[in-house]
Amino acid sequence: MALSDKDRIFTNLYGAQDWRLPAAQKRGNWDGTKAILEKGRDWIIEEVKQSGLRGRGGAGFPTGMKWSFMPKQASERPHYLVVNADESEPGTCKDRDIIRHDPHTLIEGCLIAGFAMGAHAGYIYIRGEYCNESRVLEAAIEEAYAAGLLGKDACGSGWHFDLYVHRGAGAYICGEETALIESLEGKKGMPRLKPPFPAAVGLYGAPTTVNNVETIAVVPTILRRGGAWFAGFGRPKNSGTKIFCIQGHVNKPCNVEEEMSIPMRELIERHAGGVRGGWDNLLCVIPGGSSTPLLPKHICDDVLMDFDALREHKSGLGTAGVIVMDKSTDIVRAIARLSKFYKHESCGQCTPCREGMGWVSRMMERMVEGRAEVEEIDLLEEVTRRIEGHTICALADGGVWPVQGLIRHFRPVMEERIAEYKRRHAKPAAMPLAAE
Amino acid sequence: MSAPQQHAEPATFEFDAESNAQIEKIVARYPAGKQASAVIPLLYVAQKQMGRLTGSAWVPRVAMDVIGARLGMPPMRVYEVATFYFMFNTKPIGRFHLQVCGTTPCMLRGSDDVLRACKDAGHLKGYGETSADGLFTLTEVECLGACVNAPVLQVDDDYYEDLDYDRTVALIEALKRGERPTPGSTIGRQTSAPEGGPLTLLES
Repeated sequence: MALSDKDRIFTNLYGAQDWRLPAAQKRGNWDGTKAILEKGRDWIIEEVKQSGLRGRGGAGFPTGMKWSFMPKQASERPHYLVVNADESEPGTCKDRDIIRHDPHTLIEGCLIAGFAMGAHAGYIYIRGEYCNESRVLEAAIEEAYAAGLLGKDACGSGWHFDLYVHRGAGAYICGEETALIESLEGKKGMPRLKPPFPAAVGLYGAPTTVNNVETIAVVPTILRRGGAWFAGFGRPKNSGTKIFCIQGHVNKPCNVEEEMSIPMRELIERHAGGVRGGWDNLLCVIPGGSSTPLLPKHICDDVLMDFDALREHKSGLGTAGVIVMDKSTDIVRAIARLSKFYKHESCGQCTPCREGMGWVSRMMERMVEGRAEVEEIDLLEEVTRRIEGHTICALADGGVWPVQGLIRHFRPVMEERIAEYKRRHAKPAAMPLAAE
Repeated sequence: MSAPQQHAEPATFEFDAESNAQIEKIVARYPAGKQASAVIPLLYVAQKQMGRLTGSAWVPRVAMDVIGARLGMPPMRVYEVATFYFMFNTKPIGRFHLQVCGTTPCMLRGSDDVLRACKDAGHLKGYGETSADGLFTLTEVECLGACVNAPVLQVDDDYYEDLDYDRTVALIEALKRGERPTPGSTIGRQTSAPEGGPLTLLES
């Protein structure tokens, strides 16, 4: 059973209606916000826990638990809510729609989340390229202030809450929460060592929680309809509704909010017009944004779109950016382009990432041509294992997983490419092992 | 900044009244003593002002110095930020900044054709080039986050989506004529809804 419209949270996902406050209120945003706040911080966090909401930015950490890490008692240090709107994972374009078409879902969510974690100020860090989107967001925030929904006595609750928009300037790494905080403080976006975690030492050294846009924006509806309502969608521990971005070689690429745990095939065929040339023309799918390893067709046939099902196949739900590739795809080139992306976006702080992303990318360029030795596939695999887990943040992990997925599922294609290159160049120039 | 400078740097830079009004609002967003947070926004203000006044949106070194002085930051800290983040142009660019997304989701949908169209219509040899008439600078950018509307070309601040070779040429020709086509899907799609109209959110 597909999700019905009455259970969709983002009812203006495509911008068919106005984003402004009066239209948003007609859609149900800001309805009874004061009453929600009056139920108190513990009730809100408990209800979010009950909903089973897991972070929508890629890692899938339980949201209610994350909020409960913030200090309970106020001290002289302020608390901050920071919203991660640095949507930059290739394949991901869901937060953009929330911000430009349904901004009040996010703004109301910020107030509620801020209140629940004792924060009087929130910053929404939006990627620099989303310039037009940030203008909409700023205008929506101004409307909320003018209507008394934000500010000194937000929604008449007595809680003082200020909300600001901060634009980044083109750096994928700033989607990593501590790099984002560094950037927000006016520095290069280089991740911090954890611990201390942001809940203890975050923005300006104060307790901070960083949440993804979609995570925050679903909270008001969860609280209005109840955690149990949200938990009723999807499989246990994978609950809720989710915006999927279906793209690549499908007939009708689109964003759509669907129930978690929907079969991948149903998602693609029901909403995106199916794979170009039919399901049997499918080669593979990257299920959750560029960092999640690809899955070949035989897995896609019946895999479910949720955290645990995709993890069982050594991939992940990530941000739910579903990149579909049909049999016309040069799969080695498609993955090599991702390696180039991670090389470009490495912040350069950790040696395995700074040097490794470049090495992997150059190696992948050779694999695209086939200008390599078959043993170098093993070498490439081994080096990715040595990069993985040896850096401060997860960028390098995300950078090597796609290559590992390629080798796991499409090794024969790589070998054939090498053999073909050798056939074409009967006397190959001597190439030292592992040279770039 | 270590590369030898191939361009002339202005000797002075001053924020104009429009920029100063923006700066006042920006700095107020951050707590007292934390005004360094405003460095990225102020670099944008400087870059926009250069675009407004000279037709080339870039940040000269002297503007970074002015920002450093304004925010109480050593100039080096501002240089670090200006060179770390990809969206700041540290040398002059053309009147229009053609930013082709070449990452896999766009590549799968034909970004090679978009690039070819930019080169052909904009008279550009490749990435990093500015056309002889000073109209266009061509840059390859990483994922722009509009993947269900791939392939995407960003012109300055605006996204043009669902492109192919011909529509990209048409867009560039329009820019040459001084027109500014409406951003968004170039095939009339309603934003991120499937082509032909939404299949969900039909009850209203």
